[in-house]
Amino acid sequence: MSLDEVKIGGLGASRRRVEDNRFIRGKGNYVDDIVLPGMLHMEILRSPVAHARIKSIDTSAAWDMPGVRLVLTGEMMAARNLAWMPTLSYDTAAVLATDKVRFQGQEVCAVIADDPYIAKDACGKIVVDYEILPAIVNPVQAAAPDAIAIRDDKADQVGNKVFDWEIGDKARTDKAFADADLVSKVELHYPRTHPSPIECCGAIADFDRATGKLTFYVTSQAPHIVRAAVALVAELPEQQIRVVSPDIGGGFGNKVPVYPGYVISILASILTEKPVKWIEDKTGNLISTGFGRDVYLKGEMALRKDGKILGVRMNTISDHGAFFADAQPSKFKIGLMHSAFACYDIPTAHMFATGYYTNKAPGGVAYRCSFRVTEAMFFQERMVHAAADDLGMDQAEFRRVNFVKDDDFPHRTAFGFLTDSGQYEKCLNVGMEAINYKNFAKEQEDARKRGKLLGIGISTMTEPLGAGNSREYDILGIKMFDSAELRVHMTGKALLRTGAKSQGQGHETTWAQIVAHELGIPAEDIVVEEGDTDTAPFGMGTYASRSTPVAGAAISMAARKVRAKARKIAAHLLEVSEEDIEWELGRFYVRSNSERGVTIQDCAMAAYSNMPDGMEPGLENTAYYDPPNLTWPFAAYFCKVEVDAETGVWDVLQFVAVDDCGVRINPMIVEGQIMGGLTEAYAMANMQYQTYDEEGNCIGSNYMDFLLPTAWETPGFELYEVVTPCPHHPIGAKGVGECATVAGPAAFVNAVVNAVSHTGVRNIDMPLMPNRVYEALTTGKDVYGMPPVRSGN
Amino acid sequence: MYPSRFKYESPTSVEAAIALLDAGKGDAKILAGGQSLVPMLKLRFAFPDQIVDINNIAGLNYHRFDADGSLHIGALCRHEDLEFSAEITKRQPTIAAAAPLVADPIVRARGTFVGSVCHADPQGDWAATMIALGGHLVVQGPKGKRTIEMKDFVLGPYANSLNYNEIAIEAVIPAPQGVARGGYLKLERRVGDFATASVAVSLDMSGDTVLRAGIALAGVGGKTIDANAEASGLVGQKLTEANIDKVAAAVAAKAEPRTDHRGSSDYKRQIIKTFVKRILIAQASQKAA
Amino acid sequence: MSSLYEEIAPTPSDGTPVRRITVNVNGTDRTLDVEPRLLLADLLRQGLDLTGTHKGCDTSNCGACTVLVGGRPAKSCTMLAVQADGKEVQTVEGLATPSELHPIQEGFKQEHGLQCGFCTPGMMMAAKALLERNPDPTEDEIRWALSGNLCRCTGYQNIVKSVIWAAKKMRAESN
Repeated sequence: MSLDEVKIGGLGASRRRVEDNRFIRGKGNYVDDIVLPGMLHMEILRSPVAHARIKSIDTSAAWDMPGVRLVLTGEMMAARNLAWMPTLSYDTAAVLATDKVRFQGQEVCAVIADDPYIAKDACGKIVVDYEILPAIVNPVQAAAPDAIAIRDDKADQVGNKVFDWEIGDKARTDKAFADADLVSKVELHYPRTHPSPIECCGAIADFDRATGKLTFYVTSQAPHIVRAAVALVAELPEQQIRVVSPDIGGGFGNKVPVYPGYVISILASILTEKPVKWIEDKTGNLISTGFGRDVYLKGEMALRKDGKILGVRMNTISDHGAFFADAQPSKFKIGLMHSAFACYDIPTAHMFATGYYTNKAPGGVAYRCSFRVTEAMFFQERMVHAAADDLGMDQAEFRRVNFVKDDDFPHRTAFGFLTDSGQYEKCLNVGMEAINYKNFAKEQEDARKRGKLLGIGISTMTEPLGAGNSREYDILGIKMFDSAELRVHMTGKALLRTGAKSQGQGHETTWAQIVAHELGIPAEDIVVEEGDTDTAPFGMGTYASRSTPVAGAAISMAARKVRAKARKIAAHLLEVSEEDIEWELGRFYVRSNSERGVTIQDCAMAAYSNMPDGMEPGLENTAYYDPPNLTWPFAAYFCKVEVDAETGVWDVLQFVAVDDCGVRINPMIVEGQIMGGLTEAYAMANMQYQTYDEEGNCIGSNYMDFLLPTAWETPGFELYEVVTPCPHHPIGAKGVGECATVAGPAAFVNAVVNAVSHTGVRNIDMPLMPNRVYEALTTGKDVYGMPPVRSGN
Repeated sequence: MYPSRFKYESPTSVEAAIALLDAGKGDAKILAGGQSLVPMLKLRFAFPDQIVDINNIAGLNYHRFDADGSLHIGALCRHEDLEFSAEITKRQPTIAAAAPLVADPIVRARGTFVGSVCHADPQGDWAATMIALGGHLVVQGPKGKRTIEMKDFVLGPYANSLNYNEIAIEAVIPAPQGVARGGYLKLERRVGDFATASVAVSLDMSGDTVLRAGIALAGVGGKTIDANAEASGLVGQKLTEANIDKVAAAVAAKAEPRTDHRGSSDYKRQIIKTFVKRILIAQASQKAA
Repeated sequence: MSSLYEEIAPTPSDGTPVRRITVNVNGTDRTLDVEPRLLLADLLRQGLDLTGTHKGCDTSNCGACTVLVGGRPAKSCTMLAVQADGKEVQTVEGLATPSELHPIQEGFKQEHGLQCGFCTPGMMMAAKALLERNPDPTEDEIRWALSGNLCRCTGYQNIVKSVIWAAKKMRAESN
């Protein structure tokens, strides 16, 4: 008599998506789709130069244009204490430039006009006199003793260093290196890239002078963080701020920070007494919003000759741009870089991390990175690959020897994380089988004889997803819990609101599946809402793959609280005591007479019409969930490539992805996330980067230079599943949204490096564009760092 | 993101369009496919006083083979018309090879062959194809029509030899002597990217013997590189490994690539050499139909 | 005549000319006065409240704005509204009938061909143009035909499956 969980859209159902109904009809509600009466349009004038003193700004011609309502400068913002704002990393960032511009694309003025075309025209009439200063475009320049100080606005800032940070046991690690049979060294650069969702950032600020209420529509993955920031920066009372994140056209971490355009549009609305819409263009997005990566590594691995890793040293240097604006838990200056090597049983490790300011856009922690775990795992797997080659050991075997074993959990990693579950070897075996790994060495040798270069690359990792427990994780002091509020109506339908914010992950579909699992209410009877801070319970938003681990758990707990109350109602309806009640999906029944039962819908109706004495009516509850630990999904990726020896072009012949993300709520959606992430991994490995010339001009500021792969270049992916439930998550689920971008790039790079390894090459830094692969192949030398850029090109 | 203001006319005859260009004294621009012009207007790299839209002029949307075997491409023939033409595939293999590689499929639905040639982008696929094929343009001005050989047409990056009051109304590819063979290869990091290097090869064959050869390059110089002289070394010959290698090396030396973020000049020469070889080897391994 | 032009065209000053155009949008004639520089994408989105067509870039690369003009795909951000005078424009809003989704729309839902939904309207219109020309495309032909439409979320694999699903249904319906 129990319901079929998959049939009602519970866990494991590949339920078709609820949100699709509007998207396929073109009825999505993105910020730029919203029109308010009397709305004005804002355009930002950006600096064309990377580093310059502002000598003067003449906005008079802009003011004179018909249709222009307001022109804002840094000076006007400063008069209202709004020229600078706090960042999510306890630094300050300029809203509109006052003394200097510090990166190409920095916001200098804003024009508010009747129409975006007029606003653009008026921006063209503003005259800014810049006194150009030398530009610093990489950490080496930033660290030079005579380097110009970028942050001369900060009284306590010496030079261009942002931080020094250290973790691990230096003395113990030094000893391990002294005892090693072999030390394997790599130097790597993970180049700057950009999340670049197709939809750019934007906002509509609507300040109602009559009520004092600000309604703020914004492309944000974390609307409650925006409300908190606006309350702090604009000094508006928090209860008078309503932030609405409607449909978001992709986030990938780009839509977590609070951008100057948001603050300026709010002030503009207050001053003009009209709604003000600001939608940036793609160049603005690429050149000024939160980028990802740009970290250099010197890595060393101490090895025993039987293949055991004895210790690891990592020395990272990160390029943060002009303001330290990383969105990451505040305790960790370089994010969760120290999650590297978590899947390997290594006795000791040590890491130094240094960060620098440069004349580039601020950011670094973004792009499906799980707080720099993309960097951690790329560095890890490139170091592992080099170490195996240095030892002359098979890549798969080297990993197998060093993996944490299934019965070693819980396991304390060398950098101090606690991993709790995994079947690493099983995943490795599934992948090896699927890609026919055993026969590859021969295949490669035969191919080389025919002048064809084949290569295979492996990437394995476990990563921490679901930040995070309140002991260790906070952003600006706010703990990283999440929330769910569930209300069951009298006819047994339900409304669920959470503090998460989907940007394509399908929460409207999957969150209902969790409730269906806990309560037996069919998923199609459950409506899910997110994104409106007036109605959603407080949450820290959706990024870093934290929503299934944290918000998903909160949903489960809220549903269980509801079920606990329903049990009491059931006992009342069935006229037995609560101890005699049993539960099966959707139904309470009397243990001694299972024919006698009531459905959850019966209980819902009773909650409004037939309550037990002394019980509050209604059937709803809220849960705030502080996760006890992060979750630890595991990935084993295998990539097979062929390199064209005459051109350096490489093709992916086969890509096998084995993912273990615990219990899968909606397998179809999980696979969609993995394929999307693998494509972004492929993009980074192959073509997708930003760099700067010596004057600080950004190369990669539009889609002609910043390359995203199309359906034509993107390979197909074969996906496999292993399930090791999370021991602490209420439904055994782990995060998964970022596993593919975290583990993916190393698989591609390892494969290409393997294909050309017979020349002696050990490393080619991303992007592995054909000319770089060709250079490695023909010179036998490593290719390190960014593609060269000629200024004025 | 948004163009600056301009005046707009949409004449229905070539003569009326010419009159508008003439009156504009150089500050009027022709709008055909718009796939190069409109992006430039939006970025405000171009800000003409007037746009003359020729899309409503009847009788310009054609491509046809004349009885003499010459191919005539009208000013409003879209890239995809050539891409999807079975006759082009059969009779003009260089064009058939290049057409799918122009920009991306959506651009190809509106962009025009003639407009692309006139745009004179050093990366442009069609200018290189025209030079390799020995084509010419038919242009019309206030004083009537004239022809401009392709090799005289492109003066430099985005500069052609049209007078300000002239429109190119047709591109003509001469009839092949014998059987038309050839190909087009382009190294682009993704569809729609600027080319790292492209090679257009056109051969007129009689059996195994080359009667005429034309090669041109895009993306490896300030303008399209005319390597017809280097290609002419194949005339009167059969395609052998030796003479293929020789021509490939000579063509690569003719290229004027610059080192940039797509590669060093040496690398681009290597691509040119490789592509010339591959196209010629593919022709050699085909038997005459 | 629609009075919407006041919303979508900036108030002309110095006698900046506007032009009266009639565009057939999803089967209905719409007449408006527009400035020549108005982009077709903005005419659709602001002038006609058809916000299903999206703007994603500023260099005509992403294809999110793809519509059909005279049955052929066009990036509506790379066309002037005045060029659509006298033409038939179909947007995503014109795909479904009042009672039925288009098979392409169904296919994208069945095969999980979308996540954030932002590239989806343009992707579906490009797919429609493909299927009208080639009712039984191979996977390569689909990938090639959609190579002018960028997606960040899906990795394209399910988009290909969605188009195959739609093609099969459309062939079955036409038999």
